[in-house]
Amino acid sequence: MSETSQSPDGPVTRSPLQEVGPKGHVHQPLPHDSAASHVRGAAPYLDDLRAPSGLLHLAVGGSPVACGRITRLDLVKVEQAEGVVAVLTSNDIPGRNDISLGHGDEPLLGSQTVMFFGQPLFVVVAKTRDLARRAARLAVIEIDAETPLVTIEQAEQQGSKVLPDYHFGVEDNAPPLALADLRLSGQQRIGGQEHFYLEGQIAMAVPGEGREMQLISSTQHPAEVQHCVARVLDLPEALVSCEVRRLGGGFGGKETQATQWAALAALAAHHTGRPCKIRLDRDEDFVLTGKRHDARVDWEVGYSANGQISAIDLNFWVRCGCSADLSQGAVDRMMFHADNAYFLPSARIGSQRLRTHTVSNTAFRGFGAPKAVLAIETVMQAVAAKTGQDPLDVRKVNFYGHNGTLTPYGMQVESSVTGRRIIEQLEKTSDYRAKRQEIARFNAQSTILKKGLALTPVKFGVSFTQTHLNQAGALIHLYPDGSVHLAHGGTEMGQGLFQKVAQIVADELGVPLAAIHHAATRTDKVPNASPTAASASSDLNGMAARNAALTIRSRLATFLSEKFSCSTVEIQFAHGQVRVGEETLSFADVVRMAYQARIQLSATGFYKTPKLDWDRTRKSGRPFYYFVWGAACSEVVVDTMTGENKVLRTDIVQDVGHSLNPALDLGQIEGGFVQGLGWLTTEELVYDQHGRLRTHAPSTYKIPLASDVPDQFNVALWKEPNDEATIYRSKGVGEPPLMLAVSVFCALMDAIGSLAPSKPVHLDAPATPEAILRAVDAMTRPNEEGS
Amino acid sequence: MAGRGLRFLRRGRLVEIEAFDPHTTILDWLRLEEGATGTKEGCAEGDCGACTVILARHHSGQLVYHPVNACIHLLGQLDGAELITIEDLAQGAMLHPVQEALVSHHASQCGFCTPGVVMSLFALYHQEGPVDRAKAQAALSGNLCRCTGYRPILDAAVSVCAGERLDRFTETEPVSLQVLAALDDEEDVFVGDAQRFFAAPRSEAMLSALIERFPEARLVAGATDVGLWITKELRILPQVIWLGRVRSLGQIVQGVDRLVLGASVPLAEAIPYLSRLDPDFESLMQRFGSEQIRHVGTIGGNLANASPVGDLAPALIAMGAVLELVKAGEARALPLQDFFKAYGQQDRQAGEYVRAVHIPRLSEGMHFRALKISKRFDDDISSVTGAFCVTLEHGLIAEARLAYGGMAGIAKRASHAEAFLKGQPIGSAATWKQAADRLTEDFSPLSDHRASAHYRMQAARGILIKALAEIAGLPAASTRIHPRMATDLEPQGGGPDV
Repeated sequence: MSETSQSPDGPVTRSPLQEVGPKGHVHQPLPHDSAASHVRGAAPYLDDLRAPSGLLHLAVGGSPVACGRITRLDLVKVEQAEGVVAVLTSNDIPGRNDISLGHGDEPLLGSQTVMFFGQPLFVVVAKTRDLARRAARLAVIEIDAETPLVTIEQAEQQGSKVLPDYHFGVEDNAPPLALADLRLSGQQRIGGQEHFYLEGQIAMAVPGEGREMQLISSTQHPAEVQHCVARVLDLPEALVSCEVRRLGGGFGGKETQATQWAALAALAAHHTGRPCKIRLDRDEDFVLTGKRHDARVDWEVGYSANGQISAIDLNFWVRCGCSADLSQGAVDRMMFHADNAYFLPSARIGSQRLRTHTVSNTAFRGFGAPKAVLAIETVMQAVAAKTGQDPLDVRKVNFYGHNGTLTPYGMQVESSVTGRRIIEQLEKTSDYRAKRQEIARFNAQSTILKKGLALTPVKFGVSFTQTHLNQAGALIHLYPDGSVHLAHGGTEMGQGLFQKVAQIVADELGVPLAAIHHAATRTDKVPNASPTAASASSDLNGMAARNAALTIRSRLATFLSEKFSCSTVEIQFAHGQVRVGEETLSFADVVRMAYQARIQLSATGFYKTPKLDWDRTRKSGRPFYYFVWGAACSEVVVDTMTGENKVLRTDIVQDVGHSLNPALDLGQIEGGFVQGLGWLTTEELVYDQHGRLRTHAPSTYKIPLASDVPDQFNVALWKEPNDEATIYRSKGVGEPPLMLAVSVFCALMDAIGSLAPSKPVHLDAPATPEAILRAVDAMTRPNEEGS
Repeated sequence: MAGRGLRFLRRGRLVEIEAFDPHTTILDWLRLEEGATGTKEGCAEGDCGACTVILARHHSGQLVYHPVNACIHLLGQLDGAELITIEDLAQGAMLHPVQEALVSHHASQCGFCTPGVVMSLFALYHQEGPVDRAKAQAALSGNLCRCTGYRPILDAAVSVCAGERLDRFTETEPVSLQVLAALDDEEDVFVGDAQRFFAAPRSEAMLSALIERFPEARLVAGATDVGLWITKELRILPQVIWLGRVRSLGQIVQGVDRLVLGASVPLAEAIPYLSRLDPDFESLMQRFGSEQIRHVGTIGGNLANASPVGDLAPALIAMGAVLELVKAGEARALPLQDFFKAYGQQDRQAGEYVRAVHIPRLSEGMHFRALKISKRFDDDISSVTGAFCVTLEHGLIAEARLAYGGMAGIAKRASHAEAFLKGQPIGSAATWKQAADRLTEDFSPLSDHRASAHYRMQAARGILIKALAEIAGLPAASTRIHPRMATDLEPQGGGPDV
């Protein structure tokens, strides 16, 4: 392949509107399906829906301590408060008091013992939200408090775990480590992250005929809401439905974490017979819902003088919180990404899943992988410091391809050449080498301010690692006027899934986008859908919808071929018209004719991802259908007297396959990067010794603002078609870009490292000014290993 | 008590309200009473901007458009303004240019923050002067977006403001001005009865009378803090006296030797005047809350609130500012540093209110520096703020006033470090460090979620050393990280070894 063709479409970017796709709608940079209503304030979120008659409002009352036995729950004053219609506790649950994903370790409402600070113990149902909130504060709760396990070390010492330890890779890594030319070990703390979706948790339950219960929920997983409500109310699942039109952001925080609120609303609707709504306020949302797991990683690496790794131990101590929730999947995915883009010949990847008396940590964009990528990239920085090499050269020498392609979990990495080319292109477009020299000059002359630079890759595996979740369904109806009703199991939370799927269906049916009505996601339209997660929703739902469209189109083609006595290959659907041999009919006419001829105008589509055969017990197989590659180069400046810092420039090249919609993909890349930037710099979750979250609102928990984004922010899409037969050879894009922000963290390490170049930098995440200053101090203290 | 009802303009019509709960917020009024749900609640504490609405006001013959957080702005504070919300921008199918730009730049994803973003950019669109990226960032300093990473929003902002800025609001401006000017009358506002009311007196005489008659009433300036009592603590405020209409409290007087800022002067309005005292005031004030908060929060509110981490107090203490307090018509002057007695305790008597703050101008040989440390650059509460006023005579320090926020229960001067510096040469790096060493005698800061005590002390040292180095002649470009720092930053040596 020639030099120029290495980047199939070249670096595109700031102006995706100018790109023109090959034909039709797919690959076109079309706007988000709700863009025009977003800017008018006319896109309704759940709290904006007109209240059903008789609507009641909920407020939760929670535990004042993190751990202990409930000795008194006196709700008399709550019941007597103005406007209160009902007060419900765990005793009022007709079914099972269990909202867990089968682990049985997470109650809807706490009883007897409490698991974390703020844990809901009762719920007030009142005429207004204001009255419910006021009443909830009148409870008298007495708890025989015990000392909570809050930190990773406390849980580690007590052996407190939510799930068994798990590891893969070599069983005994001691001999390979002992044989290595050079060895180095280190430890790093990696903080969690609050999702801070702008729309807080909210759900509404509307009782229907008989025992039917309809939920509207801001959830990424409507099927889970349905199943959980059925379990809690002891109803057949068929009597419960859940609808989601849009979420005001999810990021993983509404995958399992939306369920509890929907179930409480349903419980209240069950008891009162009236529609019931619950909306958490922002502080409750912070305190009562799970976050990205935080962790400590202990690592030891054996390497040679050129920086090539010969053996590595990466051991993760992960704070899972009070229950298992999604920790199995999230920690497994972390382990799957401990290699990032590197061939690690003798690797042992271990994990301990710790139980603490803090809210149960959960899914968050990247699902464990970001911590692992940060850990291995920190190792790369340390090895580079020790060997006196440019960190990029250490990265290159360890990159998948030359030395090996087998991951520590036994899957072959077949597409590493894509990752390598991306790195090479970025090295050029970011002007890495020249900048490296310029920064060295700057740092030699500047006393207080130091600059840093890092170019880091990302390899991300796409598919749910729980193989059964890799399935999706869709439903398409045609109506006689030619309009198309489309539904599938994925939820729209801002990522543009609805638009992508509509683009696919429009092209398959040969109709304009305007002909397609993308309906809300409903469990009674498409059952048993997987959560909208794992960067796989366009792959899964797009393909399911395409299959549904193909089924209908093929029925229409068969019908037309019989009616017009021609072959189906002579029939073409495009631009709202159907060409049948020499004739051209409107799509609407064809649908009408088909209806008259009693052709079924409704079809379901189904898809399951091929090639997956991961076996967790045997620790082998293929957990991912394919890998997504990307890389970022960031330049930063650090104030070595205060720890203040700034990203000056970031260049990104991100693999998106043959993009379904480059504008939406660009949005995911930029947004993911900035979210990762926040995770690694300003966003700090602080729990006190009593297990209380002290940073529980935007006044104390700081996500990035417009001024935190690098002024020079160049993003290029790498649009080489996926080797695997995904929908139009595109690739998932939701999560991988978040890890591009690791380049910023490594650049900060690079800047700090300039104070003592051969010393590895010990920097914990998030790199707040305080954490940076701690790292700076360690560099300037004599006789101390940085890492 | 007499007074007229609440009056404001909305959608071209005069809205008159004769009865409402004094603690009603604009957001609740819009969403719950008016069914106008385009404006969103993201945090209910004025930090996310999803609820941003515009208050247009008549101000010195001009129409000004201020973005405010509807979640913590009281309904009563609307008096005399035009309320513009997200639903009011498009005309039928035709989007406002700001809306159009956001769509064409793919600047919304989940869309929940978008109405607030639109309103902030609408205010920017109506500001005078060219809009570059930095200005757009400042305009968005109170708008959180968790999806887009802001780049498309900033691009949309810059592009839509690049052309001629004309919309239907500019077309109807003369009419709106007339109506709003008429609303800006000399009447007092009093809604409710003696037990439960919202009052907005026009004169200090009436303010004093109200305070005397209702000693339990809550004085409200911008409500940027009081708003949170309502939304977070569910406090009921039965008697509210809003200071925003008291004409004399909103005055700014530029004297030869001093600047006098009335207590209810909004921070945003004070910025140009403070900036003329010293450029460092500008850089400090730019990081004061957010654009929305700066339009609402007041000088007097910030000082009287006496937060240990308020950024204005250390800066004004370093400047030697004096508070003018009034009780029953009697004024007294009090050096600001003596106003703060202990955490939560100020030298303010019952029935006394802050009229103004008098800030002496820097004289020959005086140098001012203010540095703020926080996790995030914009809209963050400082872990430490230091403000320093150093008088030099022949290269020696004649006097140093070093004030810190975040280092004690109140904003406070570092008297040991000050005493040490007196008579020392400014150009000596050893002097800077020795002064910094004295800070441990001045402060024993606390550890909390913003920073540890250890870091606070380190940062306090760091900013003092930097300030002294700058006063000695080291350019700020080599000592500070600026938000708009370019990649081609010039390196500078000569600072202290760190």
